[in-house]
Amino acid sequence: MGEPGTKELLSLEDLEAAGGLRTGRKHVLSILVENKPGVLTRIAGLFARRGFNIDTLAVGPTDDEAVSRVTLTVDGAKHPIDQVTKQLHKLVNVLKIRDLEPEDSVARELALFKIACDSGSRGEVLQLTEIFRGKVVDAGRRSVVVEITGADDKIESFEQLVRPFGLIEMVRTGEIAISRGRGET
Amino acid sequence: MRAADALMEALKAEGVEVVFGLPGGANLPTYDAIYDGGIRHILVRHEAGGGHAAEGYAKATGRVGVALGTSGPGATNLVTPICDAMLDSVPTVFLTGQVRTELIGTDGFQECDTGGITMPIVKHSFMVQDPREIPQAVHEAFYLARSGRPGPVLVDIPQDLSRADIEYEPATSVSLPGYQPTTEGNQKQIRLAAKALANSRRPVIYGGGGIVNAGAAAEFTEFCLADRFPVTLTVMGLGAFPAPHEQWLGMLGMHGTRAANYAMDEADLICAIGARFDDRITGKLSEFAPRAKFIHIDVDPAEISKNVPAHIPIVGDAKNIVPRLLAEYRALEPDRARLDDWWERIQHWQRQHPLRYDDSADSEIKPQYMVQALYEATGGDAIVSSDVGQHQMWTAQYFHFSRPRRWINSGGLGTMGFGLPAAMGAQVGCPDQLVCCMAGDGSVQMNMQELATCAQEGIPIKVFIMNNGYLGMVRQWQELFWDRRYSQVHMGSYPDFVKLADAYGATGMRFEDKKTLVEDMRQAIDTEGPVLVDVRVTQEENTYPMIPAGQAARDMVG
Repeated sequence: MGEPGTKELLSLEDLEAAGGLRTGRKHVLSILVENKPGVLTRIAGLFARRGFNIDTLAVGPTDDEAVSRVTLTVDGAKHPIDQVTKQLHKLVNVLKIRDLEPEDSVARELALFKIACDSGSRGEVLQLTEIFRGKVVDAGRRSVVVEITGADDKIESFEQLVRPFGLIEMVRTGEIAISRGRGET
Repeated sequence: MRAADALMEALKAEGVEVVFGLPGGANLPTYDAIYDGGIRHILVRHEAGGGHAAEGYAKATGRVGVALGTSGPGATNLVTPICDAMLDSVPTVFLTGQVRTELIGTDGFQECDTGGITMPIVKHSFMVQDPREIPQAVHEAFYLARSGRPGPVLVDIPQDLSRADIEYEPATSVSLPGYQPTTEGNQKQIRLAAKALANSRRPVIYGGGGIVNAGAAAEFTEFCLADRFPVTLTVMGLGAFPAPHEQWLGMLGMHGTRAANYAMDEADLICAIGARFDDRITGKLSEFAPRAKFIHIDVDPAEISKNVPAHIPIVGDAKNIVPRLLAEYRALEPDRARLDDWWERIQHWQRQHPLRYDDSADSEIKPQYMVQALYEATGGDAIVSSDVGQHQMWTAQYFHFSRPRRWINSGGLGTMGFGLPAAMGAQVGCPDQLVCCMAGDGSVQMNMQELATCAQEGIPIKVFIMNNGYLGMVRQWQELFWDRRYSQVHMGSYPDFVKLADAYGATGMRFEDKKTLVEDMRQAIDTEGPVLVDVRVTQEENTYPMIPAGQAARDMVG
């Protein structure tokens, strides 16, 4: 048991409460789950029941067919993130949760923009698309569809810039993320 | 082997001796297997009664309780017991029938999405999709129900799958890679906790139902007695420490003693073991125990810092942690005299504010006296279940529980109608013990039908109805906080419980005289078979003391 009989008593004043704290930043949670029916319902239901908001959610297969990956983003200003992860861990089908730090991970999102344009404005829209390293994936006489990939702030900037042309609609996948370096996420 | 027969084999392999249930279309194959499957089946009159009976069985014995229901309404009738078991962490397995696979999703007869409905209120659930999964699902369900923080697990089996022919092999292990409960506490944290306790001047040990679930009452008591620690327990924890005792402050919380609540309020260190800082304990969270640091020991990491931030969190099983905490604490050889001032203050509260009520001068039976009379009539040697309301709180206050698994109530969900079927389940699990139910006249009618089950099966529970003609706790709140506008709480003297008992094939009695009450109760206890006693008590008595909802311990009234 180690150090029996120590007389060095701990001062109560020295103790700092841990947990229950809001971090105030966006968290990207990368969650490995068993690929079983109802898993997504359990995760979504848990968030609803505990009053947590999911900002974005992306689900897809992994290299192991028995396992899926859920990437979701949560606002750490609204919810104590340790409560969110601990509650998720209680779901039996959840295998692993990683709270990805922005500096140690790469996050990407794909968005499709349908933008109104005519022969007069098309050039400018295409120019913006090029600056954002986007792709035109559909073009008509009165509109184009542009594909943009990047971090969420890049997608939001593009949205701001094309809005004046007439943004007909926008579809976003929600972020997916992977850790930097050799180790597994 | 037919999958339904494999289900029986799997249940027997898990040590199941008895199940509570009611058959229907979708679980006909299961019931055909039960016919000669070698497991005792108690035919309940309503699935909710079966579910609560399984809970009562589990709470009294520590083993996993099992309840069965058919699809649709059978399953929805089990929703309340499932949720109750979730909130009180009761190890239970619920086996529901489901419509044939090809009918799922078509709104077929007696179809409902049992898995979806129960998802937020189960520890885990299995919606079986292949008959070969059935035995493994059962084994995993039992493992999940009883390990870590216990809870309800649902296994939903479509009718056609339980008729299918499968190869049955006894399972030797479970494979749940995402489920690894922490049972062993961190040694450094335990040492830190011991030091904090040794250094505290105003400690309180605050224990909950987790101690009972962990089977750690003896270890907990030994730890509390290692020093002169003041001890309080939640309504779920009663019996984990032998009451009465000089270190026992009484229950804490909304209807706890002033000594217990004031001690929490002025404590410099609170050591929570298997308790979860429920709102019925903390009252107004921002004013809860404002001077205290917190040690929080719990098997569920999500409970740590959920409501109250913990200074020293220790995740693990109380049975593993408490003895190690005790060893570390003893090694520090703390000065026992440091708690003298604290005890002086506590004893002052105990002298000033004992639990009290104005007893009647005549034959009128005060409800508090009724509890004391039952304590006397049983010598305290009984399993006591209760429903939910005033009678529950009075029983918690005045019946001294000296051993764990003797007090069986619905603490978290607060389910009226829990007491009678829970007593039935407890009696089935503990046939040699006296099992009493302290019931409310409102609550008892919610699962009254199980008296027929008790009569048919010869389950000799003794039900004492604390009959005040009201939904008493609601009436009390209307009196205190809603200007005495008694809205829909008066139940009068209906039904005639004595006649009803007779109709059910049980013995009915009515007691109205305080002077002979103890003797009358002894007679009821000595009567063979199930007994239902209508005890007429003071109608408008209030449960005190009380922390009004959302207020602080300092604001206790009554």
